[in-house]
Amino acid sequence: MTDLNCDELVELVTDYLDGALDDEAGRRVADHLAGCDGCTGYVDQMRQTIATLGSSRPDVELTDEARNALLATFREPPGRSTRRT
Amino acid sequence: MREPPELPADTELVARLRAREDDAFALVLDAWSGGMARVARSIVSTHASADEVVQDAWLAVIQGVATFEGRSSLKTWVYRILVNTAKRRAMREGRQISWSPVAGEDDTPTVDPTRFGGPGDRFPGHWLAFPAPWPSPEQDMLAGEVHERVGAALAELPDRQRVVITLRDVEGYSSDEVCAILEISAANQRVLLHRARAFVRGKLEEYFVASGSDIGTEVSQ
Repeated sequence: MTDLNCDELVELVTDYLDGALDDEAGRRVADHLAGCDGCTGYVDQMRQTIATLGSSRPDVELTDEARNALLATFREPPGRSTRRT
Repeated sequence: MREPPELPADTELVARLRAREDDAFALVLDAWSGGMARVARSIVSTHASADEVVQDAWLAVIQGVATFEGRSSLKTWVYRILVNTAKRRAMREGRQISWSPVAGEDDTPTVDPTRFGGPGDRFPGHWLAFPAPWPSPEQDMLAGEVHERVGAALAELPDRQRVVITLRDVEGYSSDEVCAILEISAANQRVLLHRARAFVRGKLEEYFVASGSDIGTEVSQ
């Protein structure tokens, strides 16, 4: 078992954060992070990136017109489809 | 953001939809349409076509709910219909979207190799200079600007990467759910997600380094 280099670790971050690494690989990543401020900072920035993505959802809603049309279609008895184009 | 209302369990929801209870349909319509529109926007070219994709997907759900077999959650099934509707729409708009990584996509570095020591350096494969620290979220006065940068970075991504990162990190779906919605393998999903995240991180780094030289203290080994 060899130690990971930083350029190898950065390619394992997503697997690591997803818990998708096997035990040995997970241990190698944890060992490397314990002794490397550069990679610890990189992983923190990946986490921050993920958090920023999660807080950047534009608020989108159906228009009232579309919502009403869909509800009207839903209420129709089956078989009498008036599918809009 | 409005908090999504608590939805009944799938079995109850499906039974009520099949019984044509329109308050049950209104519940899922209001809970899921926003997320569906954001995902559709990551696949088709305009917001207007994304809105149509969402409406077409709901029409397909109305027609298909009688045959829903419950092999996935109702929401995953609805999202799968949404994604397939959006892919067909994208194809009509002249874009081809397939989910398998292209050659080289999973083995090229996601971080510029010149940032690490080469064979002749003292520490080959290690950071030459550590990534500069970013402002912490609390001290970041430019959240709006940051979100703009993230949006621009997402727009630049290859289609498949954008769809995966939108589902995982913007909408918050689990790896299993994304694989079920897109019908791709877990490994494939992670390759696409990893490349997408590394790209967005790189764009944020560029932005923070350019906008805050006061915080960009370089640490050398």
